[in-house]
Amino acid sequence: MATITYLEAIRSAMQEEMQKDDNVFVLGEDVGKGGVLNTTKGLRDLFGEERVLDTPLAESAIVGVAIGAAMYGMKPIAEIQFADFIFPATNQILSEAAKIRYRSNNDWNCPIVIRAPYGATGAGALYHSQCPESVFFGTPGLKIVAPSNPYDAKGLLKAAIRDADPVLYFEHKKCYLALTADVPEEDYIVPIGKADVKRKGTDITVIAYGMVVNYVLQAAEELAKEGISAHVLDLRTLQPLDKEAILEAVRHTGKVLITHEDNKTGGVGAEVSAIIAEELLFELDAPIARLCGPDVPAVGSNPPMEKFFLLNADKLKDAMRQLALF
Amino acid sequence: MNQTGRLTEVTVPHLAESLVSATIGKWLKKPGDYIEQYDVLCEMFTEKVNTEMPSPIEGRLIKIIVGDGETAAVGEAICVIEEPASADGSFAEAPVAAQAGEASAANDSDQSMRGRFSPAVHKLAQDNRVDLARVAGTGLGGRITRKDVETFIASGGANAAPAAVQATAPAATASVAAPAAQEPVNMPVRSSGIHLSAEPQTPLLEAEGHTQDARNEHFIDVTPMRNAIATKMRQSVTEIPHAWTMIEVDVTNLVVLRNKVKDEFMRREGINLTYLAFMLKAVVNAIKDYPIINSVWAVDKIIVKRDINISLSVGTEDSVMTPVIKKADQKNIAGLAREIDELTKKTRAGKLALSDMVGGTFTVNNTGSFGSILSYPIINYPQAAIVTFESIVKKPVVIQDMIAVRSMVNLCLSLDHRILDGVICGRFLQRVKENLESYNADTKIY
Repeated sequence: MATITYLEAIRSAMQEEMQKDDNVFVLGEDVGKGGVLNTTKGLRDLFGEERVLDTPLAESAIVGVAIGAAMYGMKPIAEIQFADFIFPATNQILSEAAKIRYRSNNDWNCPIVIRAPYGATGAGALYHSQCPESVFFGTPGLKIVAPSNPYDAKGLLKAAIRDADPVLYFEHKKCYLALTADVPEEDYIVPIGKADVKRKGTDITVIAYGMVVNYVLQAAEELAKEGISAHVLDLRTLQPLDKEAILEAVRHTGKVLITHEDNKTGGVGAEVSAIIAEELLFELDAPIARLCGPDVPAVGSNPPMEKFFLLNADKLKDAMRQLALF
Repeated sequence: MNQTGRLTEVTVPHLAESLVSATIGKWLKKPGDYIEQYDVLCEMFTEKVNTEMPSPIEGRLIKIIVGDGETAAVGEAICVIEEPASADGSFAEAPVAAQAGEASAANDSDQSMRGRFSPAVHKLAQDNRVDLARVAGTGLGGRITRKDVETFIASGGANAAPAAVQATAPAATASVAAPAAQEPVNMPVRSSGIHLSAEPQTPLLEAEGHTQDARNEHFIDVTPMRNAIATKMRQSVTEIPHAWTMIEVDVTNLVVLRNKVKDEFMRREGINLTYLAFMLKAVVNAIKDYPIINSVWAVDKIIVKRDINISLSVGTEDSVMTPVIKKADQKNIAGLAREIDELTKKTRAGKLALSDMVGGTFTVNNTGSFGSILSYPIINYPQAAIVTFESIVKKPVVIQDMIAVRSMVNLCLSLDHRILDGVICGRFLQRVKENLESYNADTKIY
């Protein structure tokens, strides 16, 4: 066991997989130097510039090249510098990567990983704070993961690299250095498509993913002192959703709060809510609640606006307490 | 122990003068359902009409006495409803025990949400037979949460309630407000005798398996509606000695008149001006001259009805109904056309109410609408006669030794030979013919 950061977990996952499989390579803007966020730092020294490929500033090209390489049997890990810049590559992702297996009747597949550092870290403002997962969420053929701690980050990235289909890997920037944990040194994966109960409780169920899971756990800890027992489910994989785990978690208490940093309207939480409403009407003891980012284009730069936009443990505590009291 | 309210039986209402029984089509509520006053309890087939039986009282349906497809006489109970113990005290009176989770009067503040139950609470309470009135609510506004119910069950509070539910105390039937149907007509006629009960009821048999491959046949279940029609038809032809006569009418002028006014009528009224409206007017006026046509055989008397209520035969795909144009003698042609339009639409939409069906005194059947030129109608029991209006056909006709093309129509009359004879019917038909032939381009339809 070693205590490492979320960032190091991602880096070590890439490093181990590249060591294991020569077909794995990394490409993206400035990844040779370690990238603007240092996730690929040192990889070029280990594997050379042919496997840690610097690209022009063109996201459509990064993903397009990755798809092309994948068709030749390679296993590219494409890094989008900030998830906010993923949109030029959206056509490649939605129209090509997601559909190759389907349109070739299973003859071809597309084993790429697209790493997209997302979410707000504070003072990042418009182009360095967005949560674009809902844009890709409704597209069949894509897998989407969003780990909330170093252990899951490493295990999910390894599973993503080994997956035969395109995986969008949303890593929350605020997690990078804020979260450290003991992570096994031996090889392991966290399977894609499995949610995880991060805390057991009996009064309310909170469903979250990414950085928000940590706020929820913090709030749950404080609420426990008030006698409110929260059950926390970390989705980990957004596509495909772990429906059984969601239903099981909600059935456990009958009261559910779904929370994420992405905008409320059309977000992943809307789908989770719909699943619960479809399947669990007679187990529900309260209206399905959601606490999400407001429906404004992106988090503002000035502190009051940022505070208004972003979730934190206090906001979650209020929402969770309200649900528990209902 | 739950405070049980008064058990009240709901009976088959006396919906119409000739109604002696009704068949339940389908129960729309089941035992345990809470019913508001006027909620529809079940479908009911009577005479020739389907009606929906509204609940005369509010309360919980305890027991169904007369099941789907079964028949009950007027005044017999079809189900038992438990009325709330009292309007205000039904929840408050729950005895307060020292049990954990028991609702206590000490529950101070806001109780606005106490009566609002989530699906989970409902389900849990039902599965465990929990009387929610006894559960303390710790949720917002006194709401009973799922946890509250679970705590209550864990403390042994459940399973105390049922049992009394089964006791069908034949209580105050008097409180059932007899639905204000047609006011019962006190006729000085026999109300008993073989003619009232001599119809062996066709049992409603469920045909099992709907095909018999070897014989290339299939069975159709007799619906209560079909059964009603069959019973009525057989009653009519077996009880009433039918005689039959026909007359040919020249309606050339009527055709001219209708062609002149129908477009304008459509524009103004939005409905079709049919020949039937003119036919009805002609019939009604003839009945005024020969009131005996408008009568009923009552074994030792003949009842001549004052009101002229014309039953109109309206066919649908699988049945025939006879909605009634009430007091048809007080309506002009336009009024009759409007009434015909409304009743036929209601019939085809299955929206006829029982009140639309009762009180007919003479029937007109528009067989011409499907091209028939001759028919032998069965009298709409217990009326005295029925007339059909056949297809209008252009024919060569001899007028003053010349051959002319005229629009001709046949009227066929079946009569109850106990009441009516050839002469009176002949005159009646002659009068209808005169009335029809006297329409001309100047006739006012309003």
